[in-house]
Amino acid sequence: MAQTPNTQIKIEIGEGAAIPVKSDSGLFTAWRIAFFGAILTCCYLAFIKPEPYLEIFKFVPDGILVTFKVTVGAILLASVIGLVAGLGRISSNRIINGTASLYVEVIRGIPLLVQIFYIYYALGRFVKIPDMLSAIIAMAVCYGAYLGEVFRAGIQSIPKGQMEAALSLGMTRGQALRQVILPQAFRVVLPPIGNEFIALLKDSSLVSIIAVSDLLRRGREYASETFSYFETYTVIALIYLVLTLFFSKLISLMEERLNADR
Amino acid sequence: MPTDRQTMIEISGVSKFFGSFQALKDISFTVHDGEKVVIIGPSGSGKSTILRSINRLESVDSGSIIVDGMNVNDPQVDICKVREEVGMVFQSFNLFPHKTVLENLTLAQTVVRKRPLHEAKEISMALLEKVGIAEKASAYPAKLSGGQQQRVAIARSLAMNPKVILFDEPTSALDPEMIGEVLDVMKTLALEGMTMVVVTHEMGFAREVADRVIFMDHGCIVEEGTPEHFFTAPTHERAKLFLSQIL
Ligand SMILES: Nc1ncnc2c1ncn2[C@@H]1O[C@H](COP(=O)(O)OP(=O)(O)OP(=O)(O)O)[C@@H](O)[C@H]1O
Ligand SMILES: [Mg+2]
Repeated sequence: MAQTPNTQIKIEIGEGAAIPVKSDSGLFTAWRIAFFGAILTCCYLAFIKPEPYLEIFKFVPDGILVTFKVTVGAILLASVIGLVAGLGRISSNRIINGTASLYVEVIRGIPLLVQIFYIYYALGRFVKIPDMLSAIIAMAVCYGAYLGEVFRAGIQSIPKGQMEAALSLGMTRGQALRQVILPQAFRVVLPPIGNEFIALLKDSSLVSIIAVSDLLRRGREYASETFSYFETYTVIALIYLVLTLFFSKLISLMEERLNADR
Repeated sequence: MPTDRQTMIEISGVSKFFGSFQALKDISFTVHDGEKVVIIGPSGSGKSTILRSINRLESVDSGSIIVDGMNVNDPQVDICKVREEVGMVFQSFNLFPHKTVLENLTLAQTVVRKRPLHEAKEISMALLEKVGIAEKASAYPAKLSGGQQQRVAIARSLAMNPKVILFDEPTSALDPEMIGEVLDVMKTLALEGMTMVVVTHEMGFAREVADRVIFMDHGCIVEEGTPEHFFTAPTHERAKLFLSQIL
């Protein structure tokens, strides 16, 4: 095959004079507008029309706490499940590998809402566990599958030479994994775990279906009593927005700190 | 050749396949205690593969490898015990980037050799001193030049008090001006009597340090002898051709 001369369009990537150094400054502005805009809107509404807005703001904080508990509980449990699943996915043991892969494939093929129902009612048949715990388990089982892939990719992104160097010093595979591979993989998986945390925070609203009084359910309770649906869901949406924006900022700040010492 | 010394590594009849490709064909050679063996040969001839078989980073398909009396491929033998005695230095250094230079040295000492941390630190500092890099003890590897990183890697493997060290092209990834500092450290080790198996393209080093040179081609040992013999009067055509190209 004759080599065609390379006369196609070439995208030059230079030192980036045209690109501002803080390349996410545009995003940052958008973040500020959204975040402070949402907070100001909340304040404005509560001040201008305390009836019903101030009432709603007084009614829902319990729900915020529940949403927060479910999210944090689920992400912690999901990280543990994900780590086990991720290690299973790279295991050379056929049975372990197969089990982990099956878990990931099955879970990723079933909608979260269906899983929440399923685990809630399936678990409920055998053991009586608190609703919130059931919700946390359902969310964690689901997100564990996604995090399993995150961990697998993270571990596989560490160069092969790291494991070889550790082994050649006499470490066992387990020691090498704990001392050398996982600490490095952890830095790699932190940003995607942060993203999953935000996604989980939003998806946690699904648990309102199964008698868990999270933020959305508290809103529904208020709205069905007072019939002020529009006002209530406006507030609920604004609170979710403030929460997700707050945490995504927090996570990106943490990442910056983490990368600062490299 | 000091044949009266104890045998450190005994390789007999080793073959290795990657799929249907045979990377090693019936390789046999012996390394005695205190001996320095240099393996040379063209790219793809199986130099890395045989070196990595010695500490079972690659497993072989037939033949046997005995290191310090332990059969490397025997499932009964704890491979970690073999690896404790066999240091390895890689072309790409493979320092642990999340650990400081000092921690790179202390890690295996504490985890594998179970030395108390303060003792491991003392040993490590002495070794860093020896390779001329003690002032970087608290730096992270990314802050070091290639030559410095490789010297740390050598110190890291020395920290385990290995009986033999394997070097796989330790200077091939280095800028030319840094090759000397690494070779100097290796020469010092050689003078101190360390048993060494070195894959390298540094013919000056081979001539100066090697007790024996092994020339490999297409997975076979083609020629084996003293450096004087190999560099002045190689018997095999492939060896002559290789030397004419590289010298
Ligand atoms: N993991 C592997 N899978 C398949 N083939 C491999 C693998 N490792 C090595 N080989 C092949 O085996 C042969 C010998 O490889 P080896 O790395 O031992 O060569 P080498 O002599 O060290 O060469 P170089 O000077 O380039 O490092 C090569 O043809 C290589 O392509
Ligand atoms: Mg090689």
